[in-house]
Amino acid sequence: MSATASLPQIKTRRHTGLVRITHWLTFVCFVALLVTGAEIVISHPRFYWGETGNVNMQPAFVIPIPASRDTVPTGYGYVMPDQNGWSRALHFEAAWAMVLTGLVYGIAGMVTGHFRRHLLPGRGEWSWRPYGRRIAQYLRMAPLAADEAGAYNVLQKAAYAGVVFVLFPAVIVTGLALSPGFNAAFPWIVDGLGGRQSARTLHFLVTIALVLFLLVHVLMVAVSGFRGRMRAMITGSVDGEDGR
Amino acid sequence: MIPISRRKLITGGLVATAGIAGVAAAGPLVRRYGLIPPDCRGAYGAGETLTYGAQRLLTTNATAREFPRSMISKVPFANEIAPPSEGFKKLAAGGFADWKLQVDGMVARPTTFSVSDLKRMPMGSHITEVSCEEGWSYIAEWIGTPLHEVLHEVGVLPQARYIVYRSIEKDWWESVDMADAMHAQTLLTYAMNDGDLPVKFGGPLRLRVPRQLGYKSVKFVVSLTATDSMKGFGKGLGSASPEAGYAWYAGI
Repeated sequence: MSATASLPQIKTRRHTGLVRITHWLTFVCFVALLVTGAEIVISHPRFYWGETGNVNMQPAFVIPIPASRDTVPTGYGYVMPDQNGWSRALHFEAAWAMVLTGLVYGIAGMVTGHFRRHLLPGRGEWSWRPYGRRIAQYLRMAPLAADEAGAYNVLQKAAYAGVVFVLFPAVIVTGLALSPGFNAAFPWIVDGLGGRQSARTLHFLVTIALVLFLLVHVLMVAVSGFRGRMRAMITGSVDGEDGR
Repeated sequence: MIPISRRKLITGGLVATAGIAGVAAAGPLVRRYGLIPPDCRGAYGAGETLTYGAQRLLTTNATAREFPRSMISKVPFANEIAPPSEGFKKLAAGGFADWKLQVDGMVARPTTFSVSDLKRMPMGSHITEVSCEEGWSYIAEWIGTPLHEVLHEVGVLPQARYIVYRSIEKDWWESVDMADAMHAQTLLTYAMNDGDLPVKFGGPLRLRVPRQLGYKSVKFVVSLTATDSMKGFGKGLGSASPEAGYAWYAGI
């Protein structure tokens, strides 16, 4: 036990320093990637399935916005300002920062047992029942159960594990499959995703899923007490007055 | 105050020492293997350097994916180009018979090639994808003279580190490192699919670098220069792209 437990004014240590630092680094990188990714999409807001895709081909879907290049027929008589230069540079730099952050978080998560204890389903959580029960509790807006005070419930675990183990790896792999150099070295990845344009479309769709997670995440934080949750993720403790 | 345990102190110390040693060892290694791009400075230099260095370690000998003939795009997309210059129009009027490729710099025998000179040299071809930084792509067969054949012919010197290549059109130039310059798929392309390379796809001569994005495949190429440093070429960032805010290395 650390010395913290004996200090009377701190009730619960909520997040470790490593989790807090990597959380906020990831947040900063994600915002940078989202903004620059949107700028890059604007230069060709059409998505295709398969290996190739261009304006001479049928798109799978189109985002109904004006483009930043006049070669893309959008139906708007307006060409958006072109921001691709710095957007691309920042996109890849932020991607590096996020991948390196993720590497530190991932290794630490395995070594310290953070994944096992906080994110992966615990004993008795490998069936649908606790999930159904927790959904019902959410729908009834039932107050927080006592055993949930310092830990994640099954739905939170599922959401965070989904983001950490599925969505982030997926967004990295689909992004890498857009790199001609990477594809030369590891062709089976882009081929396995169904081709370069499929990889681009999946990169976009996984991003949408991450944005949906972010919206729900922020909403739940707001609903369950924005100040307290922010304090927990910034200082590491809940109800601690000394702001450690 | 949380007292720091001895174990934490020792672990932290070991991690810090390993980190410092790693950074110290990286310098000479990085110089030896040429892992620093010419546009390594500025706010985005760290990202560019990580990408270029990582790819040079992992992908130097990789070949771009090639596709079956059935996957050649029926209607390839020709990107917009500025109206041709007077110089280009004059050569086009003569059917490009007088198109010249000048090769100079760090070479034993500076030489000027015509397109028919290139056609007499060993031919290379591949069916590869052109991927634009905007997101679109198409597949075509590209036929031409491998750049390494031309560099061999002129006797490129061992100290050359980059090949600079320029379009006849103003301010349109790029460079690649020797890994890409000597790569089997890097072609001075004069034909595409079943005929001569059309002007809208870069004819009569385009340098195809299939392991990088489309903008590295400069159209209407008229000169090559071998050099050991990008200083003195434009702003010294490697090509016109970084001067316009784009990465010099576009293998991303």
